[in-house]
Amino acid sequence: MPEIILEVKNLEFSFRTYGGVVKAVRDISFDVRKGELLGIVGESGCGKSVSVQCILRLNPEPPGFFEGGEILYKGKDIVKMSNRELRKIRGVEIGFIFQDPMTSLNPTMRVGKQIEEIFVGRKEVSRAEAKQKALEILELVGINEPERRYRQYPHELSGGMKQRVMIAIALVGQPGIIIADEPTTSLDVTIEAQILDILKELQEKFMTSIILITHDLGVVAKMCDRVLVMYGGKIVEEGPVNAIFYETAHPYTSGLIQSIATLDTSRDEELVPIEGTPPDLFSPPVGCPFAARCEYAMEICGMMMPDRTQVTPEHYSACWLLHEYAPDVELPAVVRTTEAEEITPSPEQVETEERV
Amino acid sequence: MNNQTSREVLLEVKDLSQYFRISRDKVLKAVDHVNFKIHRGETVGLVGESGCGKSTTGRTILKLYTPNTGNVYYRGKDVFTFTADEDMQYRKQAQMIFQNPHSSLNPRMTVKDIVGAGMKIHNLAKSKELDGRIEALLRKVGLNKDHMSRFPQEFSGGQKQRIGIARALSVVPEFIVCDEPISALDVSIQAQVLNMLKKSQQDLGLTYLFIAHDLSVVKYISDRVIVMYLGTIVEEAVSEDLYRNPLHPYTQVLLSSIPIADPEQVRRKKRRIVSGEVASPITPPAICRFVSRCPLADQVCREQMPPLREVEPGHNVACFKV
Repeated sequence: MPEIILEVKNLEFSFRTYGGVVKAVRDISFDVRKGELLGIVGESGCGKSVSVQCILRLNPEPPGFFEGGEILYKGKDIVKMSNRELRKIRGVEIGFIFQDPMTSLNPTMRVGKQIEEIFVGRKEVSRAEAKQKALEILELVGINEPERRYRQYPHELSGGMKQRVMIAIALVGQPGIIIADEPTTSLDVTIEAQILDILKELQEKFMTSIILITHDLGVVAKMCDRVLVMYGGKIVEEGPVNAIFYETAHPYTSGLIQSIATLDTSRDEELVPIEGTPPDLFSPPVGCPFAARCEYAMEICGMMMPDRTQVTPEHYSACWLLHEYAPDVELPAVVRTTEAEEITPSPEQVETEERV
Repeated sequence: MNNQTSREVLLEVKDLSQYFRISRDKVLKAVDHVNFKIHRGETVGLVGESGCGKSTTGRTILKLYTPNTGNVYYRGKDVFTFTADEDMQYRKQAQMIFQNPHSSLNPRMTVKDIVGAGMKIHNLAKSKELDGRIEALLRKVGLNKDHMSRFPQEFSGGQKQRIGIARALSVVPEFIVCDEPISALDVSIQAQVLNMLKKSQQDLGLTYLFIAHDLSVVKYISDRVIVMYLGTIVEEAVSEDLYRNPLHPYTQVLLSSIPIADPEQVRRKKRRIVSGEVASPITPPAICRFVSRCPLADQVCREQMPPLREVEPGHNVACFKV
């Protein structure tokens, strides 16, 4: 097993609001391994963004605060770090790609300067070297005419270009870990495909670990090695990507898989929605957060949170159905198709040169 | 829902253009000479990337804009020359479900007022019956009586979208423009709303223009699909046809860009990747709009605009190379 480079242990993070305390992240533990692409999937409000923002302490504190847990990076606990220590990690050792490139770039600063900003105040990199690195990285993320783009302002770039710049900013310090928070959600599908390809390529090239947050199971299937499924501030299932899709072990994951319309869904089929709505995290349920919407829910589910249970060596699920006294239930998952059954249009791969 | 060739044409869009002047010498051609028909009872999917003019088309059809050229015929009559009475009728019969449920409900009105407003305007219910009618509508979309006196902000996104649907259904429309009705919703909620839209169509015999960028969803809900690119229609076909046999290079790229939720299939699938981005819709030249990204483009594509022509029965493509 590859080396573990980041370890999150029993993390609990909440926000104080006028309405009370929102328990956004409730006791989650996971690790990030060297060179892997770890996906975190879940719906809005499930705590996926908050939990990764904790890793760089990007949540505003206050109103946010840690209720417990630790985040171990290179033997040190990020939760206890001072601002000075954090600054040495942010962008340099752990990079962050934000969801919305339209609002995450500084509109008053030239693109090049924003990329170089990380080297400001670091004696080991001269200005000329910083510029050189910025230009190289722009080229690497697929921006043509880097010299011209270097001098432009964000409003002069399209959405896809801006997201490339965001990736460039995250990459330029050559961090060991990159956190990408829904990097393609605001982009069109053809641009999304380009950006995802770049991320994957760069990850393989630099052996960077990427934590990819998304709500799109298609993106997960395409990109990730390992997946965490979050719901109601907790991790409900965790495992290698194939296990999550083909040997689904949590009713929520299974429900998600069934509720999406795919190209193979026939028009006469009715989609199977997950009825109800996600839990209110002002007063989170005592038991399993999914119990209220789960078709397999038993009495125990509303009373106690199930333990993280091992399904296969790398595959864990927090569900009472896995308890030895629980009834045997076959959860619907993605059915593996063989090559012959597929009807895929246009087999040849066409790459055209970049023109903008 | 199946055989639409013999069906009555409910709505016809002829040569429709919608331009927006953005400065003295710059014109943004959001929709540029577009033609299509919608038959009674069918669902037509309108897909394309952001900025391709799909929402503008939907809005112009509903008279939210005045088009620069072209006409929209509803049951054979031009909607832009309607008399006041006809206009009132049209605004009752043609409804819209908006993309963003958080911004399309008046925050100062209760659910009862929002859903009841249309019925009052069109005199569809006496004040005594009104409450009962609203209650029935809410029940149909999965809400209940207790929700009537609440305000929009007390609801989740999925619930707000149901209120939007109830509002559209309240005036017993024939035709609904669904402008990305599920794209602002969470995955687990999307299926609920899709099923509801499908069921309402079956129960009430509605006709939909379903605007979306999610091709899987469009395939699931539509009888016929129109693909737009930069203000023009590039391909139009019966749903199964379009997905089995996409002819326009753009449609092919679009289809192979969809992320599939099946890891092994993704790894096997060979993809058609397109580089580059959508060109600008501001004063575009009269040539093929896809030319800058198209792998097949040659001289003729850079000189003329390809007309939309029928390649197979019911399958229209605007490309010289097909």
